[in-house]
Formats: sequence, structure tokens, C-alpha cells
Amino acid sequence: MTVVSDPRPRSAKRPSRLFKNWMAKIASLPMILTALVVFLGGTAWTVTYSFTGSRMLPRAKWVGLDQYERLWDTDRWIISIKNLAIYGSCSMILTLVLGFSLAACLDRKIRFESAFRTIFLYPFALSFVVTGLAWQWILNPDFGLQSVVRSWGWESFAFNPLNDPNTVIFGLLIAGLWQGTGLIMCIMLAGLRGIDEDIWKAARVDGIGTVKTYVVVIIPMMRPVFITALVMIASGIIKLYDLVVAQTGGGPGLASEVPAKYVIEYMFRAQNLGQGFAASTMMLCSVVIILIPWAYLEFGGRKRG
Amino acid sequence: MADSSPSAAALEPRGRKPKKTFSRANIFLYGTLIMVSMYYLLPLYVMVVTSLKGMPEIRMGNIFGPPMEITFEPWVKAWSEACTGINCDGLSRGFGNSVRILIPSVLMSIVIASVNGYALANWKFKGSEVFFTILIIGAFIPYQTMLYPIVIMLREIGLMGSIWGLVLVHTVFGMPILTLLFRNYFASVPEELFKAARVDGAGFWQIYFQIMIPMALPIFVVAIILQVTGIWNDFLFGVIYTKPATYPMTVQLNNIVNSVQGIKEYNVNMAATLLTGLVPLIIYFASGKLFVRGIAAGAVKG
Repeated sequence: MTVVSDPRPRSAKRPSRLFKNWMAKIASLPMILTALVVFLGGTAWTVTYSFTGSRMLPRAKWVGLDQYERLWDTDRWIISIKNLAIYGSCSMILTLVLGFSLAACLDRKIRFESAFRTIFLYPFALSFVVTGLAWQWILNPDFGLQSVVRSWGWESFAFNPLNDPNTVIFGLLIAGLWQGTGLIMCIMLAGLRGIDEDIWKAARVDGIGTVKTYVVVIIPMMRPVFITALVMIASGIIKLYDLVVAQTGGGPGLASEVPAKYVIEYMFRAQNLGQGFAASTMMLCSVVIILIPWAYLEFGGRKRG
Repeated sequence: MADSSPSAAALEPRGRKPKKTFSRANIFLYGTLIMVSMYYLLPLYVMVVTSLKGMPEIRMGNIFGPPMEITFEPWVKAWSEACTGINCDGLSRGFGNSVRILIPSVLMSIVIASVNGYALANWKFKGSEVFFTILIIGAFIPYQTMLYPIVIMLREIGLMGSIWGLVLVHTVFGMPILTLLFRNYFASVPEELFKAARVDGAGFWQIYFQIMIPMALPIFVVAIILQVTGIWNDFLFGVIYTKPATYPMTVQLNNIVNSVQGIKEYNVNMAATLLTGLVPLIIYFASGKLFVRGIAAGAVKG
């Protein structure tokens, strides 16, 4: 066992090294195929065909940037982008703030911590469809929250986000936050638990208050956790689709349309593949824009540290 | 709740002095937590309560009020009679489809990803890290960019619209995160163990089956939890790669609740919603800490 570091002399009897590597290569074949054919190939295919005039079936008839010009001339796409921007920025800020605050509360050595954690996290186990339908019912103007508050005597109370084009996005936000903050809270809590107890002692010795310690000391220390959380929230926001389909169906009118829904409608309902490809390529671009700074922060930071 | 014992508190003097349970800060803390808990618990409560009421009671009353007369009829109706289009056999069909999708998808994705992770951690070959990097980047690409090429691929191999086509899709899209999970786990196994096994003449599969799998059982459980909830909750792939006869439960649920025909039966809708959420909820409450570990594993990408 002491000469483990050099097993080569004995390897003559066993199958050659090349053969062993072949085994690993064959075993990795599903991964290689997925990475190259589906992920890389599929993405390249979609981007390529976004420059064609494909309608019902993909056809290699090049039209240059026509699809993109048409895309940015379509009201529905502009509305989708605006909606995603509003939903995304609100969701990003509120999820981080709520997630961190809840994690900080749970980290204060409280009783029933695991009970609270279970309560905050259970919606994450549920699908967006279930989330959307549950909140659709609670926000139902005739039977839900609004009617209950009115029946308590506040006759003029109005809270009907799902039927108001101006506020429907906030109706989605309530449901989205309900589903997603638990996850971020969990990640933040794990980050807080990783902070050295001595930091707290030092802060106490220096007479820094609890809140100030969090803001000035702890949050900067948790930068990697925040970045991870940010990337997770962002990639979730771009995928936003099921929740909208279930909760509002994109309505009222087009008021709660989102890009992912636009892509699917154009590809599979409107028989306008080229538009769908162009829109999905735009989605890809936005992800790349998010990923590059993240990769820079993540790997650039590691080099420095 | 192990940390409520006085000795544990005395050992770890963090933050405020222990034992001052009724300080103002504590009241504020618990007050906030309880308020927030209500926001989280409200939908579940409303769903349960609504699903146990009759329609007349829903029309008259308060959605937060407990049912005056408990009825299980909405549950029965949601399970076996609710209509989607012309089919009126309830959610049971979607449930059956989901189970038939779930079991092979979970098995296949975990088997493939664990072998991948093992190869990546212990049998690195030229280019293996490149493929892995592409795989991880692929997890961030919006699914929309890959939807249509996959339609073409599935059509070519004749699986479009079938349950097996969807199984394949779930295997492919589960691969990045699961491979990462297994790779990180196997990489943490002491290298001496692996080397010793090789010295003893064990090959690729022998080491995998006799050393790695028995050691990795907890991570397999984490992977199962991750996949069961993920696949059960999927809507996008289900709606695109299957046809009405093979729709998974989430898609059928959405069709039942959001169908425009007929009178809206909110109690049936809520029973159907709860039925669909039941499987992941059971997994969640039964698995406890492991579920958290699963999502935490999902969090540490890269």
C-alpha cells in the first residue's frame, strides 16, 4: 500500500490504459452527446434559423435580420420585454431583501427555527402551475381577498390585480415571491452559518449594533452567496412561463405576456417559426449578458483570492 | 430544536444574551416571523378549505372561513370526473401519465448522471472538462432556444408525442445539475481509496459498483428528491413534447382549471390543484433536511 503512488509497473497484466480510458469515454457518451448535439448543436441551429423566413416548417431561406426587425416592431414583444423588466427587477430586489432578512431572522438563535424554515420553503416544492392557480383563486375579485375585505365592512376596498392591465404584473409577483423566496432564504442561511462566530464577537466588542453588523460586515463577506443567489434568481426570471400561463394566461389582453410565452406561442401556435427563433435568440442574448459579468466576478475573483 | 437546551446556548455566545426570551427585539422578531409565515401558509390553507366546501357555500361565504359542512365530493370529482375538452375522466389520467413519465425519467437521468460524474471525477480524459463545461453552461441557456431542435430530433427517432420522448428530454435537461452533484461528490472521495482499488485490479465498472455506489447512497437520495420534484412539477416540456392523451398531471390540471367552457367549480379546481401538489409536498415533508441539501447542491454551480 505504501507504493500506491506508482502502480504502473504492475499494469502490464491488466488491460492497457488506453482501454480504460475508452471505458470512461464510452460511459461519458450520453454527456458528450447532450453537450454537443442538444445544447451546443440545438442552440446553434436555432440561432441560424432565426435568420430565415421559416413559417410552418423550418426552411433555409435567408432573410437576414428581417425576423428581428419584425420582432422589435411587434407590440406584443415590446410588452413582453417591459413586463419581464418590471417583474425581473422587482423580483430580484424583493427576493434578495426578503430572503436575506428571513435568513437573518432565523439565524438569531430563535426557537422553532426548523418549523419556520419548513413553512418558508414548502412553496418551493410546488410547481408554478399549482402556485399560479392557488393565487388566481385567492386574488379572485368576486370570492377572494377583495370580497372578504369588503364583507368586513370596507365597501370600497379594491384589490384586483389580475384583472387590471396596470397591476397584473404585481399579481404575478406576489405568487412568484411566495414560491421562490424560500430557496434564496435557504442559500442565505447556509451562507450566514458559514460566517465565523468570531466576527460576531469582534463586532460586539467594538460595540457595533446587530443591524449595522449585518449591513457593514456580514453582507460584504457574503458576496459569493449573493452572487450565486443573483444568478439563480435571474435564470429563474428569464424562464418565467408556467406561472403566467396558469395564473393569467397572459391577460387581461396582452398585459402579462412574457418573452418565454411569446416564443412558444409563435413556434407552436402561430406557426411562425422564424419569429419564435428570433425571440428565443434574443432571450439567449440576455442570458449571455447576465452570464458574462457573473463568470468574470466568479472566476476573476477566485484568481485574486 | 436542539439549540434550545441551555448548555448549547451557553457554549455559543452569539448575538444577544440567551434566556432573555421576552425582550423587545425578540417580540419584534417572532412577530415578523409569524406574520410572514401567514403569507406562506395562507394559500395552502385556502386551497384545503375551499376544496372541502360545496359550491353554494363558496358562492355565499368567505374564502378564509372554515367549511361549515365538510364534503369530499370535490376531491372525487377532481380525481375521476373533471373535464378537459371532451375527456371527462378527471386528473387520474394525468396522474397515471405523470407516474409513467416520472419513474423511467428519474432512473435514467440518475444512472446516466452518476456514471458521468464518476467518469469526470475519477477517470478524466482529454476533453472531459470541456464537455462538462459545455454541459454546465447549457443549464443556463433558456430552454426556448433548444425546444424546436429537440422536436426535430424526437420526430426523427419517432418518439415525438410519446411518453418516452419526454423521458429522454427530462434525462437530457436533468443531466447538468445531476452530473455536477455526482462529480463533486465523487471528487470528495479520498483518492487513496480509488488508487488502492486500482492497484487491486478493479476496473471502471467494478470500482463504480463496488466502491462508489455504496458510498454515494445519500447523494443518490438527494438526486432522487431533486428529480422527482423537478419532473413532477414540469409544465413546459410536458405541454410541448406530449399530446393530450399523454399529458402529465400539471398540464392537465392547467387545462381543467383554465378551461373556458362550463361553470367554474372552484372547489373542484382547488382539489385538483392540491392533488397535483401532493406528490412534491409529501416528498418535501418526508425528506426534510435532504431536500434542503438537494437545492443547496443545485445552488453551488460552477
